[in-house]
Amino acid sequence: MEIVYQMLLAAISSGTPLLFATLGGILIERSGIIQLGAEGLMLMGAVTACLTYLQTGSLGITLLAVCGISILLGGIHAFLSVSLRANQIVCGLAMTLFGAGLSAYLGKPVSGLPVPRAVPKVDMPWLENVPFIGRIFAHLDLLTWFSFVLVIALHLFIHRTSWGLHLRAIGDNPATADVMGIRVQAFRYGYIIVGSILIGLAGADLLLVYSPTWTEGMTTGRGWIAVALVIFARWNPIRALFCAYFFGALDMLGFRIQLIGSDIPSYFLKMIPYVVTILVLMFLGWRNRNKPSGSPESLGIPYIREQRF
Amino acid sequence: MNPYKKAMFTGAALLLSLVLVLSGCSGNNANQKANGGATTTPTEAATEGTATDEPAKLPRVAFVYIGPPGDGGWTFEHDKGRLYMEEKLGIKADTVENVPESADAERIITELAQNHDVIFTTSFGYMDYTLNVAKKFPNVKFLHTAGYKTNDNMGTFFGKNYDASYLSGIAAGKVTKKNVIGYVGAFPIPEVIYNINAFALGVQSVNPEAKVSVVWTNTWYDPTTERQAAVSLLDKGADVLLAYQDSPATLQAAAERGAMAGGNDSDMTRFAPEAYLTNPIWNWGPYYTKTVQDIIDGTWKSEQYSGSLADGMVDIAPIGPSVPEDVKTLVTDTKAKLINGELNVFTGPITDASGAVKVEEGKTLTLDDILVMDWFVKGVEGTIPK
Repeated sequence: MEIVYQMLLAAISSGTPLLFATLGGILIERSGIIQLGAEGLMLMGAVTACLTYLQTGSLGITLLAVCGISILLGGIHAFLSVSLRANQIVCGLAMTLFGAGLSAYLGKPVSGLPVPRAVPKVDMPWLENVPFIGRIFAHLDLLTWFSFVLVIALHLFIHRTSWGLHLRAIGDNPATADVMGIRVQAFRYGYIIVGSILIGLAGADLLLVYSPTWTEGMTTGRGWIAVALVIFARWNPIRALFCAYFFGALDMLGFRIQLIGSDIPSYFLKMIPYVVTILVLMFLGWRNRNKPSGSPESLGIPYIREQRF
Repeated sequence: MNPYKKAMFTGAALLLSLVLVLSGCSGNNANQKANGGATTTPTEAATEGTATDEPAKLPRVAFVYIGPPGDGGWTFEHDKGRLYMEEKLGIKADTVENVPESADAERIITELAQNHDVIFTTSFGYMDYTLNVAKKFPNVKFLHTAGYKTNDNMGTFFGKNYDASYLSGIAAGKVTKKNVIGYVGAFPIPEVIYNINAFALGVQSVNPEAKVSVVWTNTWYDPTTERQAAVSLLDKGADVLLAYQDSPATLQAAAERGAMAGGNDSDMTRFAPEAYLTNPIWNWGPYYTKTVQDIIDGTWKSEQYSGSLADGMVDIAPIGPSVPEDVKTLVTDTKAKLINGELNVFTGPITDASGAVKVEEGKTLTLDDILVMDWFVKGVEGTIPK
């Protein structure tokens, strides 16, 4: 039982950054824009969090700064992909490379410095009396709780509100949405920016909670895993929660298998999350071969009023 | 689904799987990508040379680092050694940081060789690249850390840090309460293996009951991975951790969980004073200074320099403030015995993890035996990939 409890806690702590990034990705892609820049946005979020927290020591200012940078980068992404109608795949890749390079440059002076515990834990000792489940939730930190709230809020927003209906309309059929009087371009801008903020927060969470030291390229592929998670979760926030924790657990699994004393070389164990990503993609592709993928119908297609495809 | 969109999807899927495969192959991938534009600081050596009133032409020195000097461990100590040498000799050296142990290294070393006289390459993985460049530039002197290949103009330097690992083991064996000690190892190579063994022998010399569990991270410097490894050991029940890694991530993780820990390479007290045990440290400055001075004097010859506790290249960090006084005394006494030769870490009887006798009673492993070690001593739990 103890080991299951530890695995669940480990899955939550390493899955939370993935969850934030996946939720951000879902929001952006639901509006019809392909989001491949997560890795770069996460790195920029992390380096901004590190620089501001070491300077100011205030969590509020740090999170505001992360939001600020994400709005800026999201704005650039939106300008390129919505206004200029640039190829969204190239756009996303450019964001990734740009974020990786710029964060490495900005982070140079703080590289390797330890960041003090920034995010307070929400201690609820009375929860420990609830058998099993209670122990998991008794001592989580603030950002993790925020991610729970976010999952439910986004789910309700997308599926139960008229704004959510508009969002889905923009992603599925922007021309119809336009006819309905929804301002497609403006909403796409908005959702790209809000989604980018969530992805930036993923980086901040990675740095402030999970691994409190800035290192160049510290996301080591987590942004890409989040891109894949958006697809696994079939653009649904609730499923995103489970997918993120599943991959969080995989991330931690390698060392635990080593400690059981298996003979599998550690190099192979390190590949687990990436190999599983490919396997799950293949499996889902095969299982859902005759079903709709859940992907927004107009994903990746720039909308130009009165243009026919 | 229209064909345009379909093509886009296929493209995205292909690209995504390619990137995933790439990042799966090497944990360092993201690092390397970001490091493509590593730059040298402008050469000031020449101007510096003319500015001082010393008529002799000072050599132009360069250092190649595997991580950033801010890593708080391995590269931090090399950079400290460089600053020491610069101050003693009045030389301004150039540095290139975050150089991956790949073909990039050869390119960077080649570039440096074109306008420098002495180049220090400070990571094991630069060995072959350094040798290749050394053969092309016979007038440049190359000094490589921890390797075993040399040339007329290429020497190596390292130290017998297993003595210091043994001393850390004594401290760890004394402070553990659960008798479960965790060790975060970088790569399953002899350098790390003999340090783990020396550490375990130190533990057993004061606490035969304690077991040492090892996990491999397969990276020298990646605080996130190092932390995950440390957390998995803590979850297993370890209350003392040591890490043969370049960053203090293990110590930070242990501190959060109320365990004691040490890192490697550098005094890490400042990262978590209450949780700090101790660990082996390096002191490169005097060696760098002497080597560059010998090159200035023209007396330098290619050699495989191996420092020790006696000459101070290897040492143990000041023991953490929360470690009991008697442990400190024991470590200091044992250190004196290791220096005067009364005690030797790898003296038999030593059995390996399977129980086979590896070193018979009264025999001592030679340095050559130690440098190819590929087995764990009894009491170490972990696997070495064959």
